[in-house]
Amino acid sequence: MITDFFSLALKNLRHRGIRSWLTLLGVFIGVTAVVSLISLGNGLQLAVASQLGVTSNELITVQAGGLSGYGPPGSNVVDSLTQEDVDAIERLSSVENAARRNIDSGRVEFNDNVKFRYIGSLPNNKEDRDLIYSSLDVEAIFGRLIKEGDSGKIVVGYNFYGKPEDWGGKSVIQGRTVSVNDENFEVIGITDKVGSMVMDNVVIMNENDMEDLFGFGDEADIIIVQPKDGDKLQKTKEDIEKLLRVRRDVDEGEENFEVSTPEATLSTVNSIITGVQIFIAIVAFISVFIGALGIVNTMTTSVLERKKEIGLMKSVGAKNSHIFIQFLVESGLLGLVGGIVGALFGTLIGFVGVLAINNFMGTELTLDINFLLIFLTLIGSLVVGAVSGIVPAMSAARQNPVEALRG
Amino acid sequence: MEKRGDKLIIELKNVRKYYHMGRNLVKAVDNVSLKIKEGEFVAIMGPSGSGKSTMMNLIGSLDVPTSGKIFLDGQDISTLSESDLAQIRGKKIGFIFQSFNLIKNLTAKENVMIPMMFQDHPAEEREFRASKLMELVELKDRMSHSPGELSGGQQQRVAIARSLANSPEVILADEPTGNLDTKTGSTVMDFLEELNNNGKTIVMVTHDPDLAKAHAEVVFWLKDGKIEKVTRKKNRWSGVGKEKLKRQMGYK
Repeated sequence: MITDFFSLALKNLRHRGIRSWLTLLGVFIGVTAVVSLISLGNGLQLAVASQLGVTSNELITVQAGGLSGYGPPGSNVVDSLTQEDVDAIERLSSVENAARRNIDSGRVEFNDNVKFRYIGSLPNNKEDRDLIYSSLDVEAIFGRLIKEGDSGKIVVGYNFYGKPEDWGGKSVIQGRTVSVNDENFEVIGITDKVGSMVMDNVVIMNENDMEDLFGFGDEADIIIVQPKDGDKLQKTKEDIEKLLRVRRDVDEGEENFEVSTPEATLSTVNSIITGVQIFIAIVAFISVFIGALGIVNTMTTSVLERKKEIGLMKSVGAKNSHIFIQFLVESGLLGLVGGIVGALFGTLIGFVGVLAINNFMGTELTLDINFLLIFLTLIGSLVVGAVSGIVPAMSAARQNPVEALRG
Repeated sequence: MEKRGDKLIIELKNVRKYYHMGRNLVKAVDNVSLKIKEGEFVAIMGPSGSGKSTMMNLIGSLDVPTSGKIFLDGQDISTLSESDLAQIRGKKIGFIFQSFNLIKNLTAKENVMIPMMFQDHPAEEREFRASKLMELVELKDRMSHSPGELSGGQQQRVAIARSLANSPEVILADEPTGNLDTKTGSTVMDFLEELNNNGKTIVMVTHDPDLAKAHAEVVFWLKDGKIEKVTRKKNRWSGVGKEKLKRQMGYK
């Protein structure tokens, strides 16, 4: 019997005017927002995380705080970290290894084009260099990475090769010469695409060359720390904080440095994304609420318009419950249609969004279609439709057959 | 085989239906008693305002009386609940309306199937019976047409088929030719006569004395809510044909 109501409702819906469908706009927008957001959600998280240079390794990053402006990490700090800090951290019992990095912004010239790019240093010591490499999570797509004794040689980010439009239409490949702060360097490798604008445009060189160019002496912009026990990241982090508070003579809560773990950075990313998600969820909720009101409206109108039909149904034996179910099913299906269109459109927006992010940020995200979510959304829109239809369906069921037949 | 006159199909006993219209009490049906026997073709005649529509609603169990009793096939329906009334009229009464009242979003055949749906008949049976009924009203080739694609006379014939769907005891026709021209009107009346010849009880409400006299054997003349007079023709029905009709409607 219930299937009869569904087929009857479908036949009625087929003949609905544009006005009925317009009232579904709210449900449509709500579902579109939810579906596109969620299918983009993971991609969005990956995109933001990669921009912030978050990798999945279990390393700790130490930076001096009190930034005085924008620029490469550590470059604007008032009170820099030093090689002595690195040594002290390395002596901690919970620390396996610590390595310093220096980063600065340099004038890069190739094919008569000048750009300003981040220049990063790599330690001479192999162990430290491996630590830095693993913290950066980079590999060479062409050539090789910097080794000790690689004087006058650089490795450049993927965009030097992959975006020739940055360099007057010419790609940087291994063997070509690029000048940094008017010194010529030989390119020996290109790093694989990371998807972060910082890493894909970076110039990496030996720390001796870097010292010659920038002369930072004892200062360390970033210290990368490898804990002895990867599971005790938090404990190691606290040890480093304690040590640096003493060394820099600051009280707890007034640190002029920052010790961060990937988890902490990731949780910052997540809280940003959660904020966006809550906002869109609110928008979706309001839309669906307006959509529900639209369904109430269109169903109420429909009850008035189809009074005669209700009278006829009752005269041929329909009980009040039959009429009630009939209108409830119709209203539920109306909601479901809004949901289906919204889900399709939401997926489409997610798809376009992924393409756009990939295009602008150089990432390689794929669309994350969550079928369970879509299923639940569709059930939800069916329920919203049905709930919106309760009051109109009750008024339809309660029509007096004699009056209803009069129309 | 039952002979006509053996069985009462409808009986009204001292039925009153009063309405309040503003401060006035309207006595739409005022102390009416009447009996309708199985197989009769009855007309309820009267000018507008005579209470004939109210009479039809009461006989059709669409409405309940203010006082008095109404028996349909031996059962007192004046005290039934709304749902029970719905079931009773779905089973025992087939309605034919002046304005056809077909559902425009459904095909002719689907319209015929609707009454069977509320009696929980299985889908195959509904399909089969609806086809048979469409054949009976000679619209077999119009089954999948929507009402809008049918002429008035054809629509009324679909309505006749629909009224027969649950093989009711009584066909209740409210001005069945009111929206039709004379020629198509008489075709529709021929179908009703044919049904009556085959044993269906027919109650027709009309304001047209000629129509009433031409087709009905019993005419109740209504005025101001009361039966003014009753005229009868001699009996026509012999009881044959009832089984034939059932077969035509797809019953074994």
